[in-house]
Amino acid sequence: MLSYGLKRLGLSVAVVVIVIAALFVMIYAVPGDPARVALGPRASDALVAELRARLGLDLPIWSQILRFYGSILQGDLGRDVISGAPVLKVILAQLPDTLRLVGGAMLVAVVPGIVLGVISATHRGSAIDRLTSVLSVSVMAVPSFVIAIYLLLIFSINLGWFPAIGAGQGFWDVAHRLVLPSLALGLAWIGYTARILRASMLEVTGQSHVRTARAFGISDRRIMYDYVLRIAILPTITVLGLGIGQMLSGAVFAEIVFGRPGIGKLVYDAILARNYPVVTGTVLFTTVFFVAVNLAADLLIAWLDPRVRHDLAH
Amino acid sequence: MTLHTDPAAAPSRRTKPRGALARLVADPLGALGLTLIALTVLGAALAGLSPHSPTGLSPLDRFSGPTAEFWLGTDNLGRDLFTRVLYGARVALALSIGATALALVFGLVTGVAAGFGPRWADNILLLILDAMKSVPTVMLALVLVTFTGPSLWAVVLVVVLVNGPAYARMARTQTLAIRNADYIEAERSLGAGGARIVFAHVLPNILGPILILAAMDIPIVVGIEAGLSFLGLGVRPPAPSWGTILYDGFSYIRDSAWMVIAGGIPIVITALGFTFLGEALRDTFDPKLAKR
Repeated sequence: MLSYGLKRLGLSVAVVVIVIAALFVMIYAVPGDPARVALGPRASDALVAELRARLGLDLPIWSQILRFYGSILQGDLGRDVISGAPVLKVILAQLPDTLRLVGGAMLVAVVPGIVLGVISATHRGSAIDRLTSVLSVSVMAVPSFVIAIYLLLIFSINLGWFPAIGAGQGFWDVAHRLVLPSLALGLAWIGYTARILRASMLEVTGQSHVRTARAFGISDRRIMYDYVLRIAILPTITVLGLGIGQMLSGAVFAEIVFGRPGIGKLVYDAILARNYPVVTGTVLFTTVFFVAVNLAADLLIAWLDPRVRHDLAH
Repeated sequence: MTLHTDPAAAPSRRTKPRGALARLVADPLGALGLTLIALTVLGAALAGLSPHSPTGLSPLDRFSGPTAEFWLGTDNLGRDLFTRVLYGARVALALSIGATALALVFGLVTGVAAGFGPRWADNILLLILDAMKSVPTVMLALVLVTFTGPSLWAVVLVVVLVNGPAYARMARTQTLAIRNADYIEAERSLGAGGARIVFAHVLPNILGPILILAAMDIPIVVGIEAGLSFLGLGVRPPAPSWGTILYDGFSYIRDSAWMVIAGGIPIVITALGFTFLGEALRDTFDPKLAKR
């Protein structure tokens, strides 16, 4: 377990190191002098030179990239060009709203996803299995922002069941305003969850320990819950880990359509304002989050299922 | 509640071998997918027949609902929405097919190179592909567009970087599997060079599954284009893209819902069309994939 965990951790770190290098290259390749862009066209040459020295822009490139890694290691993602606040602090201030939305979307995805997956696998080839399969690929295909716009149009504007804008205050108001954006963000993942669970259950059903259990006369219901579902649920954990990571940044559409604060809104506003440190900082933050969640999901599976760590450690 | 243990009981096994297209149309999902795609293609092809211009302004006709003259109504600048939707199909189809083709080329070249190359090159390529996959899709798109500026080409670049790694991995796996096969060994002993082995043996073997994967990815590409354009970061106005119609329409969603309805429906139709077709293709031609 330890050797598998270390290998998996090393790979994650290597991936993040590469992503940081790519971000550095992009910032470096941007036309125009970042110092001049930050200060505006009317700044004096002396002022620009001073900022260049302060930002380390006059150093050779290898020295700049080391400084870049060094500051990121210290949690310094740069400063918001407009407010002057540290980017990490700006991101953390927006995080709770987005996490609430992702939590809501996970709730939307997990419960119906697992129920539909189990029903499909146990009723393979039936009408309900086929219907679930078509519905699954349909919600996976339609982009979440189109779903968000139509939900807003139907349930907020036409029917008036839900407020259209803002995150709200107090538990019930916040929950009320979470319903539509969570649906928009989570709907596709009902499909992913149901599909992977169905496939994985059918695979486990064909394995010999299930055949043996059946030969012993154990009831279908017990076989399904005690012998099949307990193993078949594992790939679902991987998919949901992937889901949390993708949702954190996919939230940008739900946040804009429903006028909610959050990480997505933050990065969108930063792009329009050419607030580069906030953009790169958010990309790095969400990437590290994504990599960390996937790592956690993989380690959880290896811990639950000894076969995985044996296969992958060698 | 019954559990079937026989994995060979798939219904497709019962059908007799027939022509490829006939088998595809016999699958209801395939027929529906083809119909929806045909609708999109027809719209793109016939766009020029519309009496209205996709970009011509007509201030007197602003915010019209559907009428005999404007089938889907007009937008905030008095442009005919139906005409813009038809021209938008051209943008969506050209972009999704063109960008997917580029992503395929990228994937095939890197994947086959990784599969044939020395071990260290393979490891480095795998790590880079892993890194590309580790940036969440939306963030990758946003950061690229931030640094390249919004344009059609930025969207193409995003598609190659988002979808390319999956094709590369698939091409690599398949190349590795074929590379050590006996018949390749035989070819080599007969004096065949690397190029001949790649073009005569490796490519024909790996192209099928990768093309099916690519067909299933088209909705993702349509979504990336429309999504970026909806944020005002993709296709530039006044060019008619479904995403820009939604971008324009979203500001007026309370008073004139026709704009977002007209912009969203074609995205849904195209996304579902290619998804259904992809599913049917996979079930028909690649039972190995269908098990996943």
